[in-house]
Amino acid sequence: METKTAAVSMRNVTKTFGSVVANDKISLDIYKGEILALLGENGSGKTTLLNMLSGIYFPDEGQIFINGKEEVIRSPKDALQLGIGMVHQHFKLIDVLSATENIILGLEGKLNIKEASKKIEEICDKYGFEVNPKQKIYDMSVSQKQTVEIVKVLYRGADILILDEPTAVLTPQESEKLFAVLRKMRDDGKAIVIITHKMHEVESLSDRVAVLRGGKYIGDMATRDTNVTEMTNMMVGHTVTLNIDRPDPVDPKPRIEVKGLSVRDEEGFLKLNDVSFTANSGEILGIAGISGCGQKELLEAIAGLQVTESGTIAYVQDDGNREMLIGKDPLKIAELGVSLSFVPEDRLGMGLVGNMDLTDNMMLRSFRDGRSPFANRKSPKELAERVVEDLEVVTPGITTPVRRLSGGNVQKVLVGREIASAPTVLLTAYAVRGLDINSSYTIYELLNEQKKKGVAVIFVGEDLDVMVELCDRILVLCGGEVSGIVDARKTDKNEVGMLMTRVGGGEKHE
Amino acid sequence: MSNAMKKEKKREPRFHIVKRESLVWYKAMSIRVIAILLALVVCGIITTITTGINPLNVYESMVAGAFGSTRKTWITFQNTSILLLISLALTPAFKMKFWNIGGEGQVLIGGLASAVCMIYLEGKVPNAVMILCMIIASIGAGMIWGLIPALFKAKWNTNETLSTLMMNYIATQLVAFFVILEEVPKGSGKIGIINQNSNSGWLPQLFGSKYLLAIVVAVIITLFMAIYLRYSKHGYEINVVGESENTARYVGIKVEKVIIRTMMLSGAICGLAGLLLVGGINHTITTTIAGGEGFTAVLVSWMSKFNPFTMIISSLLIVFMERGAGEISTNFGLNHSYSDILTGIILFFIIGCEFFISYQLQYCKKTEKSGKEEA
Amino acid sequence: MWSFLLAFIPRAIVQGIPLLYGCTGEIITEKSGNLNLGIPGVMYVGAISGVIGSFVYENGTSRMNPFLAIAIPMFCCLLGSLLMGLLYCFLTVTLRANQNVTGLAMTTFGVGFGNFFGGSLIKLVDSDVPSIALSATSSYFSKSLPFAEKLGWFGKLFLSYGFLAYLGVAIALAASYFLNRTRKGLHLRAVGENPNTADAAGINVSRYKYAATCVGCMIAGLGGLYYVMDYACGVWSNNAFGDRGWLSIALVIFTIWRPNVSVLASFLFGGLYILYLYIPTGMEHMEYQELYKMIPYVVTLVVLVVTSMRSKRENQPPASLGLPYFREER
Repeated sequence: METKTAAVSMRNVTKTFGSVVANDKISLDIYKGEILALLGENGSGKTTLLNMLSGIYFPDEGQIFINGKEEVIRSPKDALQLGIGMVHQHFKLIDVLSATENIILGLEGKLNIKEASKKIEEICDKYGFEVNPKQKIYDMSVSQKQTVEIVKVLYRGADILILDEPTAVLTPQESEKLFAVLRKMRDDGKAIVIITHKMHEVESLSDRVAVLRGGKYIGDMATRDTNVTEMTNMMVGHTVTLNIDRPDPVDPKPRIEVKGLSVRDEEGFLKLNDVSFTANSGEILGIAGISGCGQKELLEAIAGLQVTESGTIAYVQDDGNREMLIGKDPLKIAELGVSLSFVPEDRLGMGLVGNMDLTDNMMLRSFRDGRSPFANRKSPKELAERVVEDLEVVTPGITTPVRRLSGGNVQKVLVGREIASAPTVLLTAYAVRGLDINSSYTIYELLNEQKKKGVAVIFVGEDLDVMVELCDRILVLCGGEVSGIVDARKTDKNEVGMLMTRVGGGEKHE
Repeated sequence: MSNAMKKEKKREPRFHIVKRESLVWYKAMSIRVIAILLALVVCGIITTITTGINPLNVYESMVAGAFGSTRKTWITFQNTSILLLISLALTPAFKMKFWNIGGEGQVLIGGLASAVCMIYLEGKVPNAVMILCMIIASIGAGMIWGLIPALFKAKWNTNETLSTLMMNYIATQLVAFFVILEEVPKGSGKIGIINQNSNSGWLPQLFGSKYLLAIVVAVIITLFMAIYLRYSKHGYEINVVGESENTARYVGIKVEKVIIRTMMLSGAICGLAGLLLVGGINHTITTTIAGGEGFTAVLVSWMSKFNPFTMIISSLLIVFMERGAGEISTNFGLNHSYSDILTGIILFFIIGCEFFISYQLQYCKKTEKSGKEEA
Repeated sequence: MWSFLLAFIPRAIVQGIPLLYGCTGEIITEKSGNLNLGIPGVMYVGAISGVIGSFVYENGTSRMNPFLAIAIPMFCCLLGSLLMGLLYCFLTVTLRANQNVTGLAMTTFGVGFGNFFGGSLIKLVDSDVPSIALSATSSYFSKSLPFAEKLGWFGKLFLSYGFLAYLGVAIALAASYFLNRTRKGLHLRAVGENPNTADAAGINVSRYKYAATCVGCMIAGLGGLYYVMDYACGVWSNNAFGDRGWLSIALVIFTIWRPNVSVLASFLFGGLYILYLYIPTGMEHMEYQELYKMIPYVVTLVVLVVTSMRSKRENQPPASLGLPYFREER
């Protein structure tokens, strides 16, 4: 390794957002002719670190050396001039333009589509990409779009290539193709960094692994000298005891039965594949998985917000009768007498209306009550007052627009409303994301209270330490498939972490 | 997430623009008042330049034009009522973020429907029945005119700004067709006063005043709309759809249904305004009977921040400007379009001042690093 | 039939030219994501600015120089329209005001501006009719090629127009070339489609919006000038321009945002606009003419709905049309 030249050296780079330290004195070297896998859990600071290389963020402290020379990177343009190109998770492409037009967008000089197309074809031939320069972006599959993004970076002469979770949106076959291309680029002497969570990809693709955890640099090693267990341990760290209360389920009975559920997104990509499980009353079922593995689609399918392709979702009444929820919208589900509450991931974009005050947001669920043409504001107002008091929401008053509350308080308002309707099923997505310790514990307590009342709680989470202490069972999703359902009392987060990174997951144990 | 964004921008070295968290109402109000005052000063200066008259005389004759006599005052209030009515009609659609600029056409078609009733039912039914028919017909016609673009929008997401604009012209031509069809006398291209002798289909005068009916209707609709938007379930749904369609779907509100229902209401009230114009005020129909108020109402509704009570003041201000400028043009031998110029200037100031209510400029410290926020 | 077409087509074309200018200007504007509903006002301002310029020149000089007789009104017209464009941009781009509201206010202002100064000029000349004639200037504008008449039908169909008509076609074709074949055109389209992505690619979004809207307004203003100086033979009368500005906006939809299509489409619209004169109704039923006048609007509405139904991506409005761009609000 020492014989290679460091294309990029980052030294003691620190970046904070408000009070959160996203990167804490990180030093990292990237070499030419090498594929480096940057590994870490959600929120460990991988993307932030590389965004500083690509000019999106500016570091608070620390130095960056490119080919041995200290450089200041202020914008993506600066980064490209230094030969650094980043392919983001969210593509920056214009739908109605062709591949070529997107690739040359923003460059100077006379427009010559033909010449540009020729150059693009040369790049494609060299590395084995398949791009039709004339094809419009809206006609492309996700993997084709990604190819365009990569070619865009190469076209601009980048020799340091950063890919942020490139395989999150790809099928295994497409991933293999991408890997082949990346290997060719490595052999061509380019420096490549990929961010990923998936162990098998790290093993098959990378030459070296660097691990981040909680914004800190944990270490790096040659891929051939390590193994999945070691990497997982480095990634998730030692088990921390959080002392979250976990009462035993009382009289659990099946409440939600999902069988063979498959969902495709608008682009035709399979987001959920043949998912089956049962959620019991009086139990917290955790759903773990790398972000974007189908958690959102699963919850929205149960809540009646997602078009499904096949499979069934049944609600089991106390007397054993089954109500089919599939194909019904939220209103119809409520009319069946199924009291289903949903705390979505996008709090202000879906769960609440940011510009409305607390009372009006409480009304979202109850405004239809009664036969009067007028909406009853009295009970929502009382509810708002109660939520503010019970959950200790910090707010100037109940007439404050919720967008002006802090993240934790917004979440308390949302959760408070959702549990106020005495649900029998409670779906939560990333319920503690962005919340401080105290607010998080308030939310855990609320969920436990619901569990004790016999509610079937489905908890989509990202912090495995929390999940193994809070949940009763944990369902692990990987690439839209169930890779395992484990008893949270008997598992540890390494086992869950392994399942999260393994497509298919072998045998399914209920 | 917008409000928390306070990141520096690269190409603006000296200051940058930040969205305000919120502004207390009296500060926002005083910004608007200052803008209007500034606009009036500019208008005065321009008038002095173009006419050479003392600026104080300009304001004096404006006031005289709007409130100089009892009759003038009544007409000012009557015009205000009609403008207010149309603004109120457009408001629920705007709150839903549906840009209905078809008020003009919806008013016209409502007016046409009542004119049709007045002409074809004359002498065939009792007056009360005729008026009932007129009410139903004009409201119904307006509703249909609002429904058509709403259906397109709900079904295929057709751009409503452009479709409602086209509906305006279709309505204008229908009126033109009808006017020629029923012109009196033949070849004049005008209908003249309808049922001048029998007065049938003329809306009743209230308390002996021919101006009061429109005013009373406007007051009632203002109250209705304020209550409807603020307290009713429908109003709440409109609000949610306008703020976030995603949230609306999440709580099971059918967005398409709300769009269609709201546009029908919008059209219905415009139709009512048409009824008042034809049956109550002018007793005739022309293609210009709406007089561009359908467009002006867009501005009134928007500059009042969709608040029905603020709209009373806004529409009074606009009508005051129109009538005041009209007076100036008469007194000083200027063209009548002068009022449009003055109205335009005031609108530009009001439109511009909204920026200072929603955003603020922050001067950057020299030492601040530049960078960009994440996508 | 031939003689009918020979009479009809040139009339449709002269009707279509003001629409062509307005439409080309609005397409360029909309490609930057600005929906400028102020175009009707801009066209009035462009026309009256030209009229004022030529009025001053015609009355201020005894011997008119052909070059100045054309250059002065042109310059005034472009200047007036440019100022309107700057006003619109200042309010919508810099101050991020609502585009619909700003556009409507500009139309109110512009139409009032045109009619006010038109009316004032009419008062100044103290004529019997409520209009003002600038026949000397107009003769320069409407001059067609001297040998056009000798060329029979060919001359009548293709060569019988004033130079502004040809300029209008040239501008439309140039705009089409600009949008599809140049780098700046590509960047402009990117700004209208997705300002965030364009911004990330290093394109100055505000600058493009300003430039496109101002150029668009200047082109539209020329349409007003053509109407007065050539079509109306230099006669300004208030409100004579009518709703042609709105029709131009409608035409933009009809052409699905393509300036080269707008050449033929505007002639077609010009034809539809005067078609009612040619559909026999008999003296008894003149009222049907009014229904035939509806045709261009109904056709536009149908086109609008059909394009949204088929939802072919190329035929959609620029994706960010009507939305203000604020970088920090993503």
